[in-house]
Amino acid sequence: MAGVNLKIDGVEIEAPVGENLMQAATRAGVRVPGLCQLDGLSVVGACRLCMVEIAGTPRPRPACATPVGESMDVHTDTPRLREHRRVLLEMLFAEGQHICAACVASGACELQNLAAELGVDHVNFTPPPTRLEMDLSHPRFGYDPSRCVLCTRCVRACAEVEGAFTWGVAGRGRETHLVADLGVPWGEAESCTSCGKCVSACPVGALFEKGTSVGERRVTRALVSTLTARRDRESHREVLK
Amino acid sequence: MSKPRVATVWLAGCSGCHMSFLDLDEWLIDLAQAVDLVYSPIADVKDFPDDVDVTLVEGAVANADNLELLLQLRERSKIVVAFGDCAVHGNVSAMRNPLGDPGELVAEAYRDAVTSLHGHLPDPENGIVPALLPRVMPAHEVVRVDAYLPGCPPSADRIRTAVEALLAGTSPELAPSQRRFG
Ligand code: SF4
Ligand code: SF4
Ligand code: SF4
Ligand code: FES
Repeated sequence: MAGVNLKIDGVEIEAPVGENLMQAATRAGVRVPGLCQLDGLSVVGACRLCMVEIAGTPRPRPACATPVGESMDVHTDTPRLREHRRVLLEMLFAEGQHICAACVASGACELQNLAAELGVDHVNFTPPPTRLEMDLSHPRFGYDPSRCVLCTRCVRACAEVEGAFTWGVAGRGRETHLVADLGVPWGEAESCTSCGKCVSACPVGALFEKGTSVGERRVTRALVSTLTARRDRESHREVLK
Repeated sequence: MSKPRVATVWLAGCSGCHMSFLDLDEWLIDLAQAVDLVYSPIADVKDFPDDVDVTLVEGAVANADNLELLLQLRERSKIVVAFGDCAVHGNVSAMRNPLGDPGELVAEAYRDAVTSLHGHLPDPENGIVPALLPRVMPAHEVVRVDAYLPGCPPSADRIRTAVEALLAGTSPELAPSQRRFG
């Protein structure tokens, strides 16, 4: 396979053409923070937390959506990037109603972990004055748009792994939220197979299993990645036959 | 050299942060020898004193009394610490914010609810209970805050890390595992 040589935070690595900077960094043992990216799902580059600096490029680029290139000199942890990520995280907190102490995902939440990791110990913006209404119409699951960071992992997991295409995104600005089918309550969405893959993929407490209380959400995000990895392996085997 | 003057205050919080403070167990004895506790819910002092070195503020700013005390303690303290999630970002104390007019909420909870015993509310005008502010605020929305100690409540080891640093005259460096909300 054709490969390129590049440097990530000073570590020289070889990467296959087609790999993105996030994957290459992970192999080089460098952690790049991200929220919308999940192994096995397509890349959308929505959250902008994974921005990295590439020598010779004026503006930072999202690592998850930037392919590796020959002789790239990538920096993932500069003061400018740290500041950028902190502000982004604060904005994510302030766009919703995040009260970790009363949240199903506390202790298993990627947003909460990122804040701790990146040193967001308070939020300088004020959350919206109102709460968006929860959708509790599904018999097994619930959706709280006030905790949704609009990463669209659920949308992609449902479409790309389950093949159900239940979720979409609607509304604008602070009113942006998920819609099931053509805007019906989730429980009435005929396309939904109740597989729970969207719930597994959700990085925060926006999608949850009913009957779980504060701090009871389990981390099952690898489920989607495991399924896609097995699927890819199986199709590879088919080809070999 | 005189001992550092330390205060702790309890605004709109559940007192859980102070309970966690008491979880410092034997270290409290060392602390008591190293500092003067000049104001605290666990000390019988009426007015917030002058010249305080470090003040830990538990709770959000939800009513007129909270507001007055916070402004006063800021004037009189060198270092103000937002102590716990309610002080840091409003947290559970601010859950009422998206529900709108606090007057209606209180009426719903204490006057109209089937479990209400008295069927009437104390009049905020008579000064017995402080008037609720229209919106609950974190401490840093009202005054300058010098350090943040997140957690609901912050665990005893977080409190110790922060207090030790502050008493040593440095700003607290909490490890990532010690600064998680919730
Ligand atoms: S979704 Fe995450 S950050 Fe938001 S309240 Fe829940 S635990 Fe906290
Ligand atoms: S439960 Fe499955 S089918 Fe239903 S919305 Fe979620 S991912 Fe799609
Ligand atoms: S519900 Fe969860 S997975 Fe879906 S967009 Fe919102 S945060 Fe992302
Ligand atoms: S992880 Fe790259 S943009 Fe979200």
